[in-house]
Amino acid sequence: MWTGEYSFLLSNLIQKDFKVRYRNMSLGVLWSLLNPLVTMSALTFVFTRIFPTSQPHYPVFVLCGLVPFNFFTLAWSTATSSLIENGAIIRRVPIPREAVPIATVFGNCLHLLIQIALLLSFVIGFGLGINRYWLWLPVVWALEITFVCGLALISSAVNIFVRDTRYVIESVNTLLFWVVPIFYSFSAIPERFHVIYRFNPLAAIVFALRSILMDSTAPAPSLLINLTTVSIGTLAIGLVVFQRLKNDFYDYL
Amino acid sequence: MIFTTTYDVMALIKFDHVSKTFSHRGEAKLLRAHIRDRLKAQPKRVFYALKDVSFSLEHGQSLAVIGRNGAGKSTLLSLVAGLCLPSAGQVKVIGRVAPLLQLGSGFHPDMTGMENARLNASLMGLSRKRTEEVLPSIVEFAELDGFLNDTIRTYSTGMVMRLGFSVAVHADADILIIDEVLGVGDERFQAKCFDKIHEFRACGKTLLFVSHGAEMVRQYCETALWLDRGEVMLKGPADQVLEAYADSTQRTSG
Repeated sequence: MWTGEYSFLLSNLIQKDFKVRYRNMSLGVLWSLLNPLVTMSALTFVFTRIFPTSQPHYPVFVLCGLVPFNFFTLAWSTATSSLIENGAIIRRVPIPREAVPIATVFGNCLHLLIQIALLLSFVIGFGLGINRYWLWLPVVWALEITFVCGLALISSAVNIFVRDTRYVIESVNTLLFWVVPIFYSFSAIPERFHVIYRFNPLAAIVFALRSILMDSTAPAPSLLINLTTVSIGTLAIGLVVFQRLKNDFYDYL
Repeated sequence: MIFTTTYDVMALIKFDHVSKTFSHRGEAKLLRAHIRDRLKAQPKRVFYALKDVSFSLEHGQSLAVIGRNGAGKSTLLSLVAGLCLPSAGQVKVIGRVAPLLQLGSGFHPDMTGMENARLNASLMGLSRKRTEEVLPSIVEFAELDGFLNDTIRTYSTGMVMRLGFSVAVHADADILIIDEVLGVGDERFQAKCFDKIHEFRACGKTLLFVSHGAEMVRQYCETALWLDRGEVMLKGPADQVLEAYADSTQRTSG
């Protein structure tokens, strides 16, 4: 059985992930900035010029939605195919296999950090200022990472047995762009649909970011409790599902 | 030096009536195939990769596994390496296993030789500290000076194999699995690999060896196991098993 050092393994897998990703890009990590900037500009144009809204600081408002959304979709979809992509390793060395999708999620964190920097510089640039509720930010991001890890454990394992899982996830991500309040606010949602948003961790993260960064208030306690419960619950379920399925990986890879 | 392992365990491999079956044809991977299987209750075709295999290998012994292609040799090695579980029976392995299966297949072409060596050391289960200790000897053994900061993409097949072999033999293993990989590099490097394996034998490591070459088997292993279509045909002293195997291949081909 494998008796190595878990943290060393994980750090090597993470490094592999982003070395491979960024080595072939001439501008490297700067590309991480391009996509959110383009989407933000397009949405800002549409919702201030074509369908004007009363929402102030619209670019910041949109980035609060885009940054967590971008990380979520990218980390989830790359982690889903991670076991297949690292099939050569999994077929050859008996490493703890859950390390592979988890390392892929963490490998996306550099990307996330850059986008967070972009978001925070917009916040300051729009004169919204720094407040003590910023201390909640690391908690909110940590919960998002926890949530993605849980989902990635499930989807990457299922993807080995049913290779189309990847495509299902791409569609889910497209749907999420509309279901997560990226370009509209909570107050615009009719009350009968509120339940969809209440237990949606990604929506909760967007709401939390907006209250911290734009309204200078702490996120609502009920929101934080729901977010924490769902994120940790998803991770727990992910670990259990992965544990159940991993013994059959070899036969299907 | 590198053989002063941190794990002083008595290595042991024990197979007790082990069978390994594959119930799919290796293609049932898309949703369509899953649905088809559910709708049409076809009798499942079960393929036995190994059938009722028993043997044991004690600390310091070495065993050669011989047989034709598809005899179940790779499955047997995968079970020892802990890559899959048996469908029936019990597999017991004590000690750290270094699988030299498909050398270098875990390397990433876009990472440098050094990065790959470090990654693979961690995959093999070496600690951070131990990896930094053995990296110089890994590099030295692989004879890749001057190429270490180039990506593996630029390496020749021989260079990749050399690095793969070098990492595997530095993994502080108690059990070494060698799967016909020693077509590594040129003759001189092959000789170096064989020396290394002799060194392993000399310090009492357990060796599991898969080969078609009778000469190599005689050289390294006192016992042999002959597999055919997943079943054990014969096990015993290497000379006897090799002779019986040679007889049977001559009969079928002639």
